[in-house]
Amino acid sequence: MNYVINEASAGFEEKNDAFITVKPAKKDFGTLINLKSSVEKQYGTHIKNLISKILREKNYTDVIVDIIDKGAWDYTLIARLVTALERGNLK
Amino acid sequence: MSIIDDAKMRLRRTMMFVPGNTPKMINNAALYGADTLMFDAEDAIAISQKDSARNLIKYALQCLPFPCETAVRINHITQTPYGIDDLKAILPSKPNLIRLPKTESVEEVQIATNMIEKTEIKENMKKGSINIICAIESVRGLYEVQKIAKEPRVIAIALGGEDFIADLRTQRTLGGIELYYARSEILMAARDAGIQAIDTVFADVYNTDGFKAEVTRSKDMGFDGKSVVHPLQIEIVHEIYTPSKEEIEHSLRVLTGYKDAIDNNRGVLAVDGKMIDGPIVVRARRIVDQAIAAGIIKRKDIQHEK
Repeated sequence: MNYVINEASAGFEEKNDAFITVKPAKKDFGTLINLKSSVEKQYGTHIKNLISKILREKNYTDVIVDIIDKGAWDYTLIARLVTALERGNLK
Repeated sequence: MSIIDDAKMRLRRTMMFVPGNTPKMINNAALYGADTLMFDAEDAIAISQKDSARNLIKYALQCLPFPCETAVRINHITQTPYGIDDLKAILPSKPNLIRLPKTESVEEVQIATNMIEKTEIKENMKKGSINIICAIESVRGLYEVQKIAKEPRVIAIALGGEDFIADLRTQRTLGGIELYYARSEILMAARDAGIQAIDTVFADVYNTDGFKAEVTRSKDMGFDGKSVVHPLQIEIVHEIYTPSKEEIEHSLRVLTGYKDAIDNNRGVLAVDGKMIDGPIVVRARRIVDQAIAAGIIKRKDIQHEK
């Protein structure tokens, strides 16, 4: 399993982008995704599913993910999450 | 022909720079019809965002179906701490080209080549799926360009004019005298190696007349294409690189006559009253390819292709 060591962010609050923050959570907390999105009604579930899938693929747990989304496409959400996780994992 | 040879011939009238950390620009990049999209992880990206741009380019290449050639300008692989990480992250996403910035030695090219070859094997890609374009941006690089151009994965040399003139301690002029020697040298080295030469960017986006004059001049010198920084520049370059109706018709006659001569074992060939030989056929083929790329004629309608 991988864990976030420090709180870290990636991305920008700009059109077609997302500002994603990852925070360490207590042991056995699992994952929590907080989403604020300009397209939440249409894509909220899709975005949360996508983020969960990437966390699983990258073997991350006990993490809180805050997303401020401004209409980012999937590849952007993935890239911003992965960058935040990498930054949060730096010792 | 190998796929590396194909890559050396591919039409590259325009290579458009796209900042690698701006999703809005990446999303729209393919709409403007550039022959190559050049995602930039280098000069357009702040030091604090190198990791972020690297990942954005990586996942864009994996997820978006770009309809054209894709290239990534990575950071320098020996002069910065980012270049090797750029390659590690981006190569498995299979861009068509890696642009090495500020190339100054054969060794740099070989480091990139080795990493590309390893990735191709690991990812089960055909050899030659990913190739290299080297940017010459310093006098030292220019003095090495003949060797650099002959490296087996290098399919084009680009001039990076802004850094080059800084190295020369001069400035850009509309006449371009300051870059004349560099352009000539790069072009000769590229032709000697059988690869393409791509001219530097013209940063003053709204100076259309100045841009047209520069593109016309570099096309007349022999350059295969131009790096562009704005979608507005694409159509202008494509227009200048589009052959005239007369040129296309003559070229089609040359190719049809050539095919006829080969099919009938005839050694001597004349079209429009002129003797036709090897170089004229090569030029005719280039003109027809440019006309097809510009959408003026279709490959399926061409007599000699049937």
